[in-house]
Amino acid sequence: MDKKLTLVLENGVNFDGFSFGYEKPVAGEVVFNTAMVGYPESLTDPSYAGQILAVTYPLVGNYGVPEDKIVDGLSEFYESEKIQVTGLIISEYSHQYSHWNATKSLGEWLKEHQIPGIYGIDTRELTKLIREKGSLKGKIVFNSPDEIDFSDPSKENQVAKVSCEEVLRYGNGSKTVVLVDCGVKHNILRCLLRYDVNIVRVPWNYDFNTLEYDGLFISNGPGDPEHCEITVRNIRKAMETGKPICGICMGNQLLAKAGGASTYKLKYGHRGHNQPVQENPAYGETGAKCFITSQNHGYAVDIKTLGEDWEELFINMNDGTNEGIRHKTKPFFSAQFHPEAASGPTDTRFLFDKFIESIEKHETSTQKK
Amino acid sequence: MKIIEKVLLLGSGALKIGEAGEFDYSGSQALKALKEEGITTVLINPNIATVQTSEGVADKIYFLPVTPFFVEKVIEKERPDGILLSFGGQTALNCGVELYRSGIFEKYNVKVLGTPVQSIIDTEDRELFVHKLDEIGVKTIKSIAVESIEDAHSAAEELGFPVIVRAAYALGGLGSGFCNDRDELQALAEKAFSYSNQLLIEKSLKGWKEIEYEVVRDRYDNCITVCNMENFDPLGIHTGESIVVAPSQTLTNQEYHKLRELAIRIIRHIGVVGECNVQYAFDTVSEDYRVIEVNARLSRSSALASKATGYPLAFVAAKLALDYGLNELKNSVTKSTTAFFEPALDYIVCKIPRWDLGKFHGVSHEIGSSMKSVGEVMSIGRSFEEVIQKGLRMIAQGMHGFVANKELEVANIDRALSEPTDKRIFVIAQALAKGYTIERIHDLTKIDLWFLQKLQNIYLCSGEIEKYNTIEELPENLLKKAKQKGFSDYQITKLIFKNSDKASEEKLNLRKHRKSLGILPVVKQIDTLAAEYPAQTNYLYLTYNGSANDVNYLGDKRSVIVLGSGAYRIGSSVEFDWCSVNALNTIREKGWRGVMINYNPETVSTDYDMCDRLYFDELTQERVMDIVELENPYGLILSTGGQIPNNLALTLDKAGVPILGTSAADIDNAEDRHKFSSMLDRLGIDQPRWKELSSLKDIDRFVEEVGFPVLVRPSYVLSGAAMNVCSNPVELEQFLKLATNVSQKHPVVVSEFIENAKEIEIDAVANKGEIVTYAISEHIEFAGVHSGDATIQFPPQRLYVETVRRIKRITRAIAESLQITGPFNIQFLAKDNDIKVIECNLRASRSFPFVSKVLKRNFIEIATRVMLGDEVEKPNKSEFDLDYVGIKASQFSFSRLQKADPVLGVDMASTGEVGCLGDDYYEAVLKSMLSVGMRIPKKNVLISSGTIRSKLDLLTASRLLHEKGYTIYASSGSHKFLSENNVPSILVYQPSEDLKPNALELIREKQIDLVVNIPKNLTPGELTNGYKIRRAAIDFNIPLFTNSRLASAFIHAFCEMDLQNIPIKSWDEYK
Repeated sequence: MDKKLTLVLENGVNFDGFSFGYEKPVAGEVVFNTAMVGYPESLTDPSYAGQILAVTYPLVGNYGVPEDKIVDGLSEFYESEKIQVTGLIISEYSHQYSHWNATKSLGEWLKEHQIPGIYGIDTRELTKLIREKGSLKGKIVFNSPDEIDFSDPSKENQVAKVSCEEVLRYGNGSKTVVLVDCGVKHNILRCLLRYDVNIVRVPWNYDFNTLEYDGLFISNGPGDPEHCEITVRNIRKAMETGKPICGICMGNQLLAKAGGASTYKLKYGHRGHNQPVQENPAYGETGAKCFITSQNHGYAVDIKTLGEDWEELFINMNDGTNEGIRHKTKPFFSAQFHPEAASGPTDTRFLFDKFIESIEKHETSTQKK
Repeated sequence: MKIIEKVLLLGSGALKIGEAGEFDYSGSQALKALKEEGITTVLINPNIATVQTSEGVADKIYFLPVTPFFVEKVIEKERPDGILLSFGGQTALNCGVELYRSGIFEKYNVKVLGTPVQSIIDTEDRELFVHKLDEIGVKTIKSIAVESIEDAHSAAEELGFPVIVRAAYALGGLGSGFCNDRDELQALAEKAFSYSNQLLIEKSLKGWKEIEYEVVRDRYDNCITVCNMENFDPLGIHTGESIVVAPSQTLTNQEYHKLRELAIRIIRHIGVVGECNVQYAFDTVSEDYRVIEVNARLSRSSALASKATGYPLAFVAAKLALDYGLNELKNSVTKSTTAFFEPALDYIVCKIPRWDLGKFHGVSHEIGSSMKSVGEVMSIGRSFEEVIQKGLRMIAQGMHGFVANKELEVANIDRALSEPTDKRIFVIAQALAKGYTIERIHDLTKIDLWFLQKLQNIYLCSGEIEKYNTIEELPENLLKKAKQKGFSDYQITKLIFKNSDKASEEKLNLRKHRKSLGILPVVKQIDTLAAEYPAQTNYLYLTYNGSANDVNYLGDKRSVIVLGSGAYRIGSSVEFDWCSVNALNTIREKGWRGVMINYNPETVSTDYDMCDRLYFDELTQERVMDIVELENPYGLILSTGGQIPNNLALTLDKAGVPILGTSAADIDNAEDRHKFSSMLDRLGIDQPRWKELSSLKDIDRFVEEVGFPVLVRPSYVLSGAAMNVCSNPVELEQFLKLATNVSQKHPVVVSEFIENAKEIEIDAVANKGEIVTYAISEHIEFAGVHSGDATIQFPPQRLYVETVRRIKRITRAIAESLQITGPFNIQFLAKDNDIKVIECNLRASRSFPFVSKVLKRNFIEIATRVMLGDEVEKPNKSEFDLDYVGIKASQFSFSRLQKADPVLGVDMASTGEVGCLGDDYYEAVLKSMLSVGMRIPKKNVLISSGTIRSKLDLLTASRLLHEKGYTIYASSGSHKFLSENNVPSILVYQPSEDLKPNALELIREKQIDLVVNIPKNLTPGELTNGYKIRRAAIDFNIPLFTNSRLASAFIHAFCEMDLQNIPIKSWDEYK
């Protein structure tokens, strides 16, 4: 029988379960994700930094975990170099696994990375609690509830924790894309590298305006965008050049901030593979197109506060929150969801095409001048 | 654009293997969607027992065959603006394609709504399909046609071994097989070329995973995948024969989304508007895949996906056919979020097929690439162990889960694992018990190790429980673990008490003990969004893998629970779903909350719209008690769901559950043969002589007394399982060996068998012992054909007034004596005016929807009101006032059951039924026979007419055939008899004779349009000439009759009526 442990929530509710990861108490913000596949991708997604992730799909660990392999600076199967979540909460753990591409069990992997995991939890009940009360602070404890104090990850600059520390370069294509790493998922890099580009990945607070580049990409990242004022200032400066800018998730929030908008914390965020978004119906280029998207964010752009030069690009069909913005005249746009997927549906990959196209278009137009 | 005001929807006709109740659900949903738009709906479906053919579901209902001829007639009359083809299975689709090709839609300006017909054709025609997917670089399974062994080798080289070889144009898989290398191919090809001039060489994907996606697309090109599913059984076993889980369990994110992306690419390229199913073969050691097929229509899988996710696929597909966009529709569970989303499940579902192969003579129990199962169950839970064990109980074939079952006799486990039968999952349990490793089982079955690991968990858990000998000893955490792994209380006591009789007695003690420890199931909602948004959903299941209930209980005793029918199987199918739905409707109309318990994904009763609360869960005493204790209902109805709920009467009553209607004790008085018989004796009602016997000697003595033939059966079973007529001592002895295996607890019942007697049924409702309404119907066939297979005429056409009077008198006496309140059915034998009672069921019967719809009086509504305590006035309209006739005919699925003898007996074999109306008897007979797939012969009829009695039955019919210009081919006996009676015929030789013209050859050459083959003997199964002719008729798709009275009725009907002049009348036009 596995060791007993407890999930303690700030509102006084406790859930007892069993350990299948590293045996160390942790504290963080408890969030839920409704995806039914993709735990290796989710756990290594830097946007989860500071969070204890509850998976609503009850059976987890079925296909084990693939090998941790880095090729040319990119993880082959993960979304970053390590597990990013603070802890993992599930209902039913598959002690054994079966997949040709797996090299270890989920539990072994968690232990390796010193991340605790708890199973035997009624994750549906936990989700309902979070839904009613909003995101909750919580901790996973082994012996007594006081082993560790609650902590609030949104008070800290999570981006600074997960961003790269030095400038990294990838690929050898002809166009240069500066990628501001707020906690980038490797699949954004993989997606960009399918085009004729080279990527300069810079830390979140790096002044990339000193660099020569063709397009700017602002990555996803964890926590409250308020902590990234430096990045916003840098983006504002970049906007003056008129060069194409694209953002994903945190990138959407930072671009919106650069465009004058404010952001706010959602009650319990969007985390899952089934979030429906619609292209702004007023925006008639392709008609009222709808997409199923992969999402992972706790903050959103308050669209009412966005500057006049901007317009809403995508809208969440369930709750009407902002899912993307674009500049009315310049090649700046961003999405709150994850077109790179991994994990999740791949329907909006075309946004990378749009970004690259805008770089090409920008180049031709400046050449003409 | 054309304004759509009136829409014709094609149903799927009678239930058959491969096309069952799922289409009642799809069609009903579509009609509901149309109705919401104010569209006038017209439905063609001869399946009278369905919910979709009930009053108020469609505006006009035609109980007519779904064939181009009749559909055109209806179009001509109704002039609909649009037609929906994708809600009635393959039957509707094929019919629609034919009508499209012959230009009928164009002629009458009928718009095909939803997916264009060309897209359907692109998916149905293998060559077009492969070509179409090639265009977008999607891989399909290709076969190469070869005409020499040399070419076969080069084809195999090209495709890579292993390959499958199929002999083209050969029936029943003759000459087909797998080859792993050149030598095997050489051997097989040599053999195969002796059957056929052409072989198809195909890459073998045996052992690959089988994965399905349900995809939806609207006319704006917005796409979603609603659900994916993974087969537990790897490729090689038809998905209808496989255990299936949703969502997939062994796919990574990359794999899941690769296949999802392909599915969307495919649906866009094909141009589906609505719903579509994509089936993949998926490699187990790479991300390689092949598309197996695409169904551009609602399917069994889409019904399953709807139930698995709560996403109403058929409803949405119908709206999309009316040009809505997905974004314009709401999620019908949350009612606040959009229908453009993909359900997130926070549970796992498991579908398990239900086979009834034991009902057929000569059929192989091996399962493979063709479908043989007759129904399915779906279990919901939060661990695989939980759902598989729940599901195996739901199948209701005497198994208690994965373990703790009666041991199977398996001669060769290795073989039983690698050549799967309907019992394979239990062979796995046995293999584990015999010490097989899961790796070895995997090698033999190719079932993914993940599933086997989970099964092993169950097995190991059972071993832990077995270490204890009393309930009190069993550690609490082990008990909890067992419940989380889906063990029933009974399974646990069986393990503790080592299968002794005590196990059954102790299960209630275990329940008490378990409750005292607080180990209780919790109720969870299916809300499509994994609790992300609040949903007022009433779609529920129970699980031990959770700590809190999702719903609150009012405890106001204003709810009434209805127990559903469980899996469709031979003897119990859509008719009980109709009964359940009508009971629910009445309960709700009367101001109560209707609560449904059922687990059959192919039904309307498990549509969460139909009730106030739906528990998609087991119909076992344990689970029903769990729900009763939570719901605390006013009462429970168990007489509208067939035999499964009926069997729970005594135990639920003992547990104090308020059963509405006839008391459990009286139900038992009818079910228990001894009690019932002595009651009849007391009332002076006659019955065939019978005796319950347990030794051969006693049986012989009894048979000496009553004489052969005798009917032999075990007591207390549904639809005559393991029942047989024995005509001589040898047969009797043979059969007894079989029957005693069926149920050791119950001895064998032997009854006298009365030949050439009429069989009459009464369906009725009584209130406190007094009859409120009744319907008497008469079988066309003589007794000996199971009532579920017989052709039934209502009102009766050929009964003496005195017979009717006596039947009413007997019925009154029985109702009074059993104090019946609610629905019941009695079956009688009548010879002259001599009436004997053969069976009495204090529940709704198979024919309730039929008589209700013909008489236009809803027997279930009346029964439900009576059970709720309403005083119901007796209606004055009598069935004998009707100016029209209803015929209920049976649908057989013998073509799906290779080698089965297509002959009728006391054991039920039909898989479905139709009910048609006519202004006279022959019109109704003709419509009903055409509805079950019979065709009017063009020229040649083959007759072998059996006994002298049946020869006489067929004489007038034969003469009519001759007069109508038909050529009769007759076997020697029949030929002689016809000649003696001046009916010309051509003599044909038996298959065993090497002379021409030979019956078998004529059938194979398709020279015969109708086969009438009456067995001489009451015992089927022997490989006689008769069998060969009957089987050939089935295999070559030639209409076959094996009952002289029915054959005669059909022949009279088509000889005396001109199809062109047949009245096309909707249900409401019969007044």
